[in-house]
Amino acid sequence: MRLWKTILAAAVLALAAGSQAFAARTDLVIGIPLEPPHLDPTAGAAAAIKEVLYANVFEGLTRIGPNGEVLPDLAESWTISDDGKIYTFKLHTGVKFHDGADFGADDVKFSLDRARADNSVNAQKGLFAAIDKVEIIDPATVKVTLKNPQGSFLYNMGWGDAVMVSPKSADTNKEKPVGTGPFKFQNWAKGSSITLVKADHYWGAPVFLDKVEFRVVPDAAAYVPALLSGDIQAFPFFDPDSLAQVKDDPRFKVVIGSTEGETILAINNKKPPFNKLQVRQAISYALDRKAIIDGASAGLGLPIGSHMSPANKNYVDLTGLYPHNIDKAKELLKEAGLENGFKATLKLPPPSYARLGGEIIASELRDVGINLEIIPVEWAQWLDQVFTKKDYDLTIVSHTEPNDIDIYSRKDYYFNYDNPTFDKIIADLNLTSDEAKRKELLGEAQKILADDAVVGFLYELPKIGVWDAKLQGLWENAPIQANDLTKVKWSE
Amino acid sequence: MAQSAKTDEGCWNKLNLQFVQHPSSDLASRGHLLLQGEKEERHAPTPSMTAYLLKRLAIAFATLVLASMVVFAVLEVLPGDPARLMLGMNASADQVELLRNQMGLNAPLVLRYLHWAGGLLSLDFGRSYTYSVPVIDLVRERLAVSLPLALIALALSTIIAIPVGLYSASRRGRAGDTISMGVAQLGVAVPNFWFALMLIYIFAVWLRLVPAGGFPGWAAGAWPALKSLLLPAVALALPQAAILARVTRSALIEVLNEDYIRTARAKGLPYRAVLWRHALRNAMIPVLTILGLQFAFLLAGTIIIENVFYLPGLGRLVFQAITQRDLIVVESVVMLLVAAVIAVNLVVDLSYAVVDPRLRTRQ
Repeated sequence: MRLWKTILAAAVLALAAGSQAFAARTDLVIGIPLEPPHLDPTAGAAAAIKEVLYANVFEGLTRIGPNGEVLPDLAESWTISDDGKIYTFKLHTGVKFHDGADFGADDVKFSLDRARADNSVNAQKGLFAAIDKVEIIDPATVKVTLKNPQGSFLYNMGWGDAVMVSPKSADTNKEKPVGTGPFKFQNWAKGSSITLVKADHYWGAPVFLDKVEFRVVPDAAAYVPALLSGDIQAFPFFDPDSLAQVKDDPRFKVVIGSTEGETILAINNKKPPFNKLQVRQAISYALDRKAIIDGASAGLGLPIGSHMSPANKNYVDLTGLYPHNIDKAKELLKEAGLENGFKATLKLPPPSYARLGGEIIASELRDVGINLEIIPVEWAQWLDQVFTKKDYDLTIVSHTEPNDIDIYSRKDYYFNYDNPTFDKIIADLNLTSDEAKRKELLGEAQKILADDAVVGFLYELPKIGVWDAKLQGLWENAPIQANDLTKVKWSE
Repeated sequence: MAQSAKTDEGCWNKLNLQFVQHPSSDLASRGHLLLQGEKEERHAPTPSMTAYLLKRLAIAFATLVLASMVVFAVLEVLPGDPARLMLGMNASADQVELLRNQMGLNAPLVLRYLHWAGGLLSLDFGRSYTYSVPVIDLVRERLAVSLPLALIALALSTIIAIPVGLYSASRRGRAGDTISMGVAQLGVAVPNFWFALMLIYIFAVWLRLVPAGGFPGWAAGAWPALKSLLLPAVALALPQAAILARVTRSALIEVLNEDYIRTARAKGLPYRAVLWRHALRNAMIPVLTILGLQFAFLLAGTIIIENVFYLPGLGRLVFQAITQRDLIVVESVVMLLVAAVIAVNLVVDLSYAVVDPRLRTRQ
């Protein structure tokens, strides 16, 4: 009797296990450190908005691929006029928004006109600045006329801020986002999680997951137990300090990739003595990038010599220009008449790369006679004092927008850098769409910034992803703010 | 004698019940009553009582108004612009200005204060800048986590602390006392986030009995929701229990030195009965005062535990709102908490007055 029971129990167990093995998992819980303030990617700068919705819920005319390349999305193809000013987009047909509304040329016109309108609060309004007019040719064709040729126009249209929205739902996307993507929004438990489910009748390649939950985990100390307990299966942006606890665990995959985050020691170029080239160069010589990467980023992240990611195809390696050299730095300070050194402030925003890196940099600069007073600030204070009012000497920050070397040509930007030669190169770049020519101009731009030692170029922020070893298809790199789940699946 | 014992017992039951429901002041009043050695009787509100009540209410209202001014003024001078925070580093100054106008941030300070304070009077707490939903909705969602969590933690802490305090006091100076107070000292000293992490590793990672964090929401069912609050409640309760046990012990020891305890013993009541029936109830006032303070803390001061368990509680809402300069949320939540504390104090004050007529006329 007992034997029978055992056999029966074993059979039931085997059956249960067997049926489980055949069906791969289709659900996923992803941990994100910050909660999005709202869910409309066209109305806010917070990276968290795009990291939940980009490519999953919302799609654009074009999209950015896992390695930063421009791919067709809702526009299946396009033609560009010879003068580079007219883009004619051919749209996919049969595309529907999640609320059932048809997607067509009128939605493209609506979305682009809305983003560039006078009262637009799009955080990246500059992406649309070149657009002169948007015309509907037929329901599946749109003609966009630019004021001037713009080399990066197709790339710009792939940003999360340029996604297509429907006139019916545009005003309510903050609370209930409606897009055309493979996942539709299901629920937002504020402060806790955002749930997406597979959309019905998706126009493109079907996705593998049925349900995805983005769970907000603000404290890095909670990452490891959440993974170990199986509550959360992926952290696309993991904390470098907790890495040791999961690195050698075969249940997890640790993936170190690149981002577009140039981490810099920003310098107020107008404020004496930083207006002197020798002083800025002395700072560059005084920096030991390896020590900074080891201390602030657990040894992960590539050193940079100018404002360009080493993962970018237009990258020029300028890290050798100012090798760590204390004598050289002192010499330059002497030339600048500051052989006795000087005092300055270093304002540090909250991220650990800034707070940890700041201490190392302060000690490195002390070696050449520059005494820094460290002032920790909140983000809100940083944006107010440093970024807006330019009330600072030095600060550390990571510029995470992709291809953003043009910030050095912006008037009134917080670097207070003004170089007509550089501005001319950026202006030319904007008008150039030829790839080889663009590469050349971008190379020159990088070189000028390095020569001028506009800021202390430190390192490229790494993307540290940790997820279940059975999970496939998550992005290794972060060429743009996104957690693209369209190719993600469980193996077995 | 038998009669009196029965009344006492009934009273104790009632006490116990109220205790679990809410550490209200009625309880304190009973303790106070007994401390004074008076006979238990209820005072009907008299004219002087009404006047006292009105006066207290007026003071409470004035405190609220004053607090609202301070809260508003202090937060408005914080550097930082919510519009710039939302739009980030790539937006132009014009755009930021536009958003500031849309958010109503460009109106004069006094006007904004009046608008906000006027709204509070009609229980309109305004709209969050970042979430763009009514603040009251946010608070209600967060209270669904924070209130049960605070209550469970408070109940746990009381269940642990009172018997431990009682045990310690009755064995003052002996080994049991030393050991339990040593443990309590440890409980006060251990940082609760560390304790929380240990709990997570044992019960969530190793035993897998409860989730490591997060809150599924009450819609997911009472048990899953409660389960996710268990570890945080224990992590919160233990340090509180340690403090409470020490307070209970010292309050009891003080009471045990009173003459009427000796009288009770002298008339032949067993030590146990004296301890439970006379000493404990009289020692309740300081214990309840601490409990009240702890409740206020548990409601909004649990940000660290909320972070470790990634719970969407009130503390995290305020913290997040401060970093995002969502000032209207911070201001309104702080005002709600101020109102809650004032209300609790008012009730305590009033109950003292019910017990002790002298308090009604004292300036």
